Amino acid sequence: MSAHLLILPILLPLLAGAVLLLFSGARLAWKRPLNLFACVLLLGVALALLVKAAGGETQVYVLGDWAPPFGIVLVLDRFSALLLVVTAVLAVPVTLAMSAGTDRTGQNFHALLQFQLMGLNGAFLTGDLFNLFVFFEVLLIASYALLVFGGGRARVAASMHYVFLNLVGSAVFIIAVGLLYGLTGTLNMADMAQRLATLPAEDVALARAAGLLLLLVFAMKAALLPLGMWLPAAYASAAAPIAALFAIMSKVGIYAIFRVHGLLFGDHAGALAGLGQTLIWWLALGTLVLGVCGMLGARSLRSLLAWQVMVSVGTLLAGWSLGTAAAWRGALFYLVHSTWLTAAMFLVAGVVVSRRGIAEDGFMISQRIASPAVGLAFLAGAVALIGLPPLSGFVGKALLLQAAGTAEALFWILLLVAGLAALLAFTRAGSTLFWRGEPSTPRSSAVPMPMAPVWMLLPLSLLLVLAGDPILTYLGATAEVLKTPQALIDAVLGARAGGS
Amino acid sequence: MEALMAVCIGVLTACGVYLMLRARTFPVVMGLMLLGYAVNLFLFAMGRLATEAPAVIGRAESHADPLPQALVLTAIVIGFAMTAYVVILVIRARKTLNHDYVDDRVNERAHGAPEKSQGTRS
Repeated sequence: MSAHLLILPILLPLLAGAVLLLFSGARLAWKRPLNLFACVLLLGVALALLVKAAGGETQVYVLGDWAPPFGIVLVLDRFSALLLVVTAVLAVPVTLAMSAGTDRTGQNFHALLQFQLMGLNGAFLTGDLFNLFVFFEVLLIASYALLVFGGGRARVAASMHYVFLNLVGSAVFIIAVGLLYGLTGTLNMADMAQRLATLPAEDVALARAAGLLLLLVFAMKAALLPLGMWLPAAYASAAAPIAALFAIMSKVGIYAIFRVHGLLFGDHAGALAGLGQTLIWWLALGTLVLGVCGMLGARSLRSLLAWQVMVSVGTLLAGWSLGTAAAWRGALFYLVHSTWLTAAMFLVAGVVVSRRGIAEDGFMISQRIASPAVGLAFLAGAVALIGLPPLSGFVGKALLLQAAGTAEALFWILLLVAGLAALLAFTRAGSTLFWRGEPSTPRSSAVPMPMAPVWMLLPLSLLLVLAGDPILTYLGATAEVLKTPQALIDAVLGARAGGS
Repeated sequence: MEALMAVCIGVLTACGVYLMLRARTFPVVMGLMLLGYAVNLFLFAMGRLATEAPAVIGRAESHADPLPQALVLTAIVIGFAMTAYVVILVIRARKTLNHDYVDDRVNERAHGAPEKSQGTRS
């Protein structure tokens, strides 16, 4: 039974989503607890898998008993287990926040959330390149529907850009996968890694093109500079809890870059090693600068946070381009931190929107939020996101800077200036929202938004700091495996049919 | 046969890209469909082109690679679902935005400020 635990993060949301869809006419009073139950169960499964993966042994689930490299395999190592937990932790507060009434503004939120989780978990677990494409599509089509959830002009306009761009991205993804299959004759990523390393010289140029196309697709999902302009409008217009869930969406692209690129074009890949790394480095720094400018120019809290997502994407991918195991450890820490804290702050923004009447979360002198609890949550979230001690953002940035070393002066300058700009932006936002104007009197028509989900996410920042030692040990081991994936490749290809 | 296939894929892609750059919703959807066809043909061709070679071992002297054919089927199904969704989204957008430009701001420039939007836009 415990061997089959590996496929549960995909099956559980699929089943829950299907049941929720079957009874889509049922009252929300039934659907909310069912969705919440499925999310809690998923969190339990994810934590169990994390404990399993922490031992360091790569678990392989051979679907349909087709021995690798044939058929599809699911691979659980420290990295995928980490991302499963990061996602499952988000799902519970997002469900709670939506269940307070926002889920009434559209249809089938609960089923869509489960399908979204299924796509995310599948993308994190799969060891097959085409299967990765399929799970990307699953999570994308759920996110298309979630993005327009509730309707309205801004959402529809932003959603069109998001959908069209991603459809083109899917086409490019298939071209890249097709090229790689044509060159190597396999779709299993571990097998492909071995074959790419010994590719005949005349095929290297084609493989290079395919690798860069893959990078293009992942960079678009991660919202890297020239391809990321869809992100601010989309995240700022989505319903706040859904934007909180989307904090993991741009990280999927980053996961894919770490995973696929690390396996196929890592240090062991011969002529293809380090493909596109310099390019990503400069684009990441550009994304960082652009995100900072956007933060300073934002006119609402959700827009500010959306630009903050771009800053974190730039920081993460710059960390990735540094290419050392220490930098990757820092980047992974920052990834976990920024996902959870961005989500927490989007939930705070949701509370602000629900309490400030027609001004919503816009930076204009209108009603101020008089509640000290909301103010405290905003302060804690802002401190963490800016990267001030004692919360987790500081640790993440310190690890990255330490790993970069003094040779990368530009990275130091940009990251520190980004911190200063974030401090300015959040200070301005906070003083407008919490200090200026009359105390707020929520409209009776406003959809209520509870604070409880925020308190589920914010303390995690403190946890990341307090439990720093075991977490960093875990992340260090993760980064090592990502850097030298030979053990992973051997484990996947050595998995025998019937062995599970 | 290779040349014919390459020309087909190229023409389909070129038409698709041209239509997508029109930046009006209906041509963009058509362009995406054409691009989808081109991509499917490309994926199919990655199993190498051969005639009189079924994808089953033992039925003929040589056999075609069945995997790309399976992949194309998957890609077609996904493409179909995405097209269905995007058509609905475009109809909804036409109703909500009162124009068929992909970029809402194009309308702003052409006809002045839009009517009161229902949400904040950065």
